[in-house]
Amino acid sequence: MLESGLTHLAVSLRGVTKAYDNGVMALGPLDLAVRKGEFISLLGPSGCGKSTALRIVAELSPPSSGIVRVARHEGVALPGHGIGFVFQEPTLMPWASVRENVRLPLKLGGVAKAEGRARADAALASVGLADFAEAFPRELSGGMKMRVSLARALVTDPDILLMDEPFAALDEITRFRLNNDLLALWRALGKTVIFVTHSVFESVYLSQRVVVMTARPGRIQADLRIETVEPRGEAFRTSAAYSDYCRRVSAALAPSYSEQSTL
Amino acid sequence: MNAQGSAVAKPSGAQRAMRLVLPIIVFAAGLLAWELVVRLKDIPPYVLPAPSVIVMTLIKDWPVLSQSLATTLLTTLEGFVAASIGGIALALLFNQSKWVEYSLFPYAIVLQVTPVIAIAPLLLIYLEQQTAVVVCAFIVAFFPVLSNTTLGLNSVDRNLAGLFQLYGASKPQTLRFLKLPAALPYILGGLRIAGGLSLIGAVVAEIAAGTAGAGSGLAYRIAESGYRLNIPRMFAALLLLSLAGIVIYGVLAVVSHLVLRRWHESALGKEN
Repeated sequence: MLESGLTHLAVSLRGVTKAYDNGVMALGPLDLAVRKGEFISLLGPSGCGKSTALRIVAELSPPSSGIVRVARHEGVALPGHGIGFVFQEPTLMPWASVRENVRLPLKLGGVAKAEGRARADAALASVGLADFAEAFPRELSGGMKMRVSLARALVTDPDILLMDEPFAALDEITRFRLNNDLLALWRALGKTVIFVTHSVFESVYLSQRVVVMTARPGRIQADLRIETVEPRGEAFRTSAAYSDYCRRVSAALAPSYSEQSTL
Repeated sequence: MNAQGSAVAKPSGAQRAMRLVLPIIVFAAGLLAWELVVRLKDIPPYVLPAPSVIVMTLIKDWPVLSQSLATTLLTTLEGFVAASIGGIALALLFNQSKWVEYSLFPYAIVLQVTPVIAIAPLLLIYLEQQTAVVVCAFIVAFFPVLSNTTLGLNSVDRNLAGLFQLYGASKPQTLRFLKLPAALPYILGGLRIAGGLSLIGAVVAEIAAGTAGAGSGLAYRIAESGYRLNIPRMFAALLLLSLAGIVIYGVLAVVSHLVLRRWHESALGKEN
């Protein structure tokens, strides 16, 4: 299925499983290959282990078995800087200004203060928050906090962006705007994005590939490619092709929730 | 728009004024009643001194009382500083190593639940009086600092901790940039309690030391005046102790507010 060799892969998981301490299988075995520069969504019912998979890729949680490979380019000397992670909540430090929040990964990596501030400001500008560097997180709306979180993930210029249901808590209008902004950033920066979501519509709108997962333990149910005219915009969101893709993804998702209902 | 704004603002302004004025009225009424009862019934000052007599005593005995006040405040301060440093340091140690926490925490509780008034006489045997008094203040005040700091250090947001892990933060970095700031509101809450408690600890120890010692704190003055039936001076010393407690609490509350005002819920206005 994969036409390219291993060097073109940003992330590869082979036979990865995760078991909880009480022996319950949460995930897998999971085989997944993500090419460099690809935008892929992991879609599945809650509790299917898609967030766990993301945490395993980020090395926040070790797999119980299996092999995880994450490509990092040689220039990355600082730990963790090949990967940017956006959590479900904005996860900002309430005691620090927006700029200091964005600068955090650089500060922890020992980047000088002046350079760190400049890069933090640039990252903030890229998400449209240049004017809010001095503000404190509590002064921002939910959508703006999420943008700060995104800026922080981008500030180290990572190759891979991992996003764990980042827009789930936002209202639909804000989510649509952030979807468009995220697509624009992805086109401009060419990062590999692994996007976890439980929204069929969001996954189809955003990604080149939608990986549908089964209920616990999470496995791959379907792997669908979404092909359309790029760049995507509001025209795509209202097109017949879009709703057709949504129908196919929903159909792939259906067994896992009917399965769950028998539990 | 403007009229509406002021109409909304008015009751809250009046309410704020009332919250200030009402206790003062109650205080003044109480003093007046006290004064009247003492004068009308002709109660002698060695039974119950009138407020005016207490104030006169305060002025007349100021040289003695102010010296005692300074002594007690110094003891309180020393106890408070020791409790703050000791409590925070111990909490940090507990946070670094579970084994240390398991080994020592029960003893911290034992120290807390044993009434300090019962420990004070023992301390006075083994330690020099001034040291014993400071140690008493420390014992009473350090536990809230310890338990609050421990709670704060354990209340770090899990996702933020994950973020620090992701970016390869070292232990000192995590402590300095994540755990301590997250624990700060809790630490300040602990210090606010500890301020008042170290005054109590100092007073208890002075009372326990009694007139036998060479001490000259306010509590010692109260005990001494009691033996001499100098009741107005007892009241005057008590008044000073009370005021000292209020000032200590007020200063710590203001410091806490200033430190947290940019970000913490406790220091934000209600409209936010």
